Amino acid sequence: MSFRARATPGRRPSLFLDGPTLLWADNVSFRYSTAAPLVVNEVTVRLNDGTLTGILGPNGSGKTTLLRLLSGTRRPTAGRVHLDDRALDRMSRREAARHIAVVPQETELAFEYTAIEIVLMGRHPHLGLFTVEGPADIELAQQAMAATGTAHLADRPFHQLSGGEKQRVVIAAALAQSPRLLLLDEPTASLDLGYQLEVSALLQRLNLEQGVTLAISTHDLNLAAAICRDLIMMRDGRVIATGATTDVLTPENVRRLYDVEADVHVHGDTGHMTVVPVRRLP
Amino acid sequence: MMNIRRRIAMVVLAFLAFAIAVIVVAPMVGSTSISLSKAFGRSVDWNENVDAQIFFVARLPRVLSGALVGAALAAAGVVLQALLRNPLATPFTLGVSAGAALGAMVAIAIGLDVGWFGVSSVPIASFAGSLVAIGIVYALATSQRRGLSTNVLLLAGVTLNSFFSALILFVQYVSDFTQSVRAVRWLMGDLDVGGYSSIVAALPMLLAAFGVFAFLPRTLNLLTLGEDVAAARGVDVMSAQRWAFFSASLATGAAVSLGGPIGFIGIVVPHLVRLMIGSDHRIVLPAAALFGAAFTVLCDLTARTIMAPLELPVGIITALIGGPFFLWLLVKRS
Repeated sequence: MSFRARATPGRRPSLFLDGPTLLWADNVSFRYSTAAPLVVNEVTVRLNDGTLTGILGPNGSGKTTLLRLLSGTRRPTAGRVHLDDRALDRMSRREAARHIAVVPQETELAFEYTAIEIVLMGRHPHLGLFTVEGPADIELAQQAMAATGTAHLADRPFHQLSGGEKQRVVIAAALAQSPRLLLLDEPTASLDLGYQLEVSALLQRLNLEQGVTLAISTHDLNLAAAICRDLIMMRDGRVIATGATTDVLTPENVRRLYDVEADVHVHGDTGHMTVVPVRRLP
Repeated sequence: MMNIRRRIAMVVLAFLAFAIAVIVVAPMVGSTSISLSKAFGRSVDWNENVDAQIFFVARLPRVLSGALVGAALAAAGVVLQALLRNPLATPFTLGVSAGAALGAMVAIAIGLDVGWFGVSSVPIASFAGSLVAIGIVYALATSQRRGLSTNVLLLAGVTLNSFFSALILFVQYVSDFTQSVRAVRWLMGDLDVGGYSSIVAALPMLLAAFGVFAFLPRTLNLLTLGEDVAAARGVDVMSAQRWAFFSASLATGAAVSLGGPIGFIGIVVPHLVRLMIGSDHRIVLPAAALFGAAFTVLCDLTARTIMAPLELPVGIITALIGGPFFLWLLVKRS
């Protein structure tokens, strides 16, 4: 099956229409210090169970910070994030991490770990203080590596892996966390075209086959068009558009996001969309 | 099928066996050969029993303090390297030892010779100095933001190190010749602690630090991946960093007050251990503590015998081994 044939945006229900809400950010704002400006400004988003949502926006629009608020690793300055019906900031880090996993843009190690060691660290929130990973944890880690096509890398030193392999190992670690929600910060930003396709196909598979809910921040409009059913568009810390990809990925919205004139093509047979940037507007 | 628990147990037991062997053998070796049966025998009166006096008064305290200081510095090195995400950090990077040294220098210069419960004023003053340094560095690192900024921690430590060094030079300049010699000897790092009382005095602090170390390893693994990743994996980063910083600093302060600032143990030992067994802190931390104990006792054994009957301060030996090792690490990494 080719990558393009998998891409079927809009086939599943859209953001505000489908199943139970998994994560709900209710009018959240955030600044990094008291004097600093708001990086996220009164944002409300809902991530429903089983969805795959893209977060688009120019550099500095607050995407990464929004992901931090959604994962609970930062507390909103105002507003609140709810996981199911519970306030995320009232949960311990450990408890929140059993539901939500994060894949950062890049993972730099200070020390040399093997790939399987990195993946096993994903089990942390499920282990007691002095508990060591048992057979069940190792099994889960191996499954996560199999799902990301990294099983053969298990005993390789992480720092010797290629960019794409590293990213897939880090995704495996997040999966070993057994999360219901996986948040990824520009997961394909530093990858070449081949790995971009590989990782995006993997994410789509996780969503469709394993039922993991995903939110992905990205600069790659075509990636978003290919795999995200819903989009959140951010600029200057605010959400300027949100909804089904087929509805909101329009030339008008691309212009509002990036000041770029773009053609958006919808391919008849597959419903596949592509975005071709034309020129930067003054 | 891999068994992680078994691997941890096997490696730690191997290091434990090595450390015990070194600690048992070391007091038997020295510039004077002694008879063990005579040292442990009760036939001869204590005051007449030279072998027993050498064993129990001269050598055993030195070996025990070497083991404690080595274990503390090596473990503190492991914890701080993970906390700062910098494999080249040492227990002395954060200025704790400079504070301790300044405390000791002041005590020597003022000629404070009062002691509490048989512990001389120098280790007490040096421990107090390390607490002051810990306080200053921590206050600086937490002033800018809610968390603990490891960058500020590093910079504050380095700055504090050179500032305290200047004060140490000043104190030395104004002190007289005898005091200067004593101060320099202290700065070399010497395990000739002259009895058990200072060991007993340092023990509660060291035990407290090691008690905290026992909770840290898996969290340290995650902290080395970065604060954001650690938080996302369920680590309460702020609290973990605080525990790591204070326990490692406490261990360093107690170790330096006991043996002086013995250099390079806190970087050589963690790296040797990582080369042998990888980076998992659940193995590295206990193994480094045990190997640090053995390494320091062996270095001190060398120091006491290499120019016998002259007994060198152990700090000279560790620096002779550690300096080139550190440079080799730098070259290898780049």
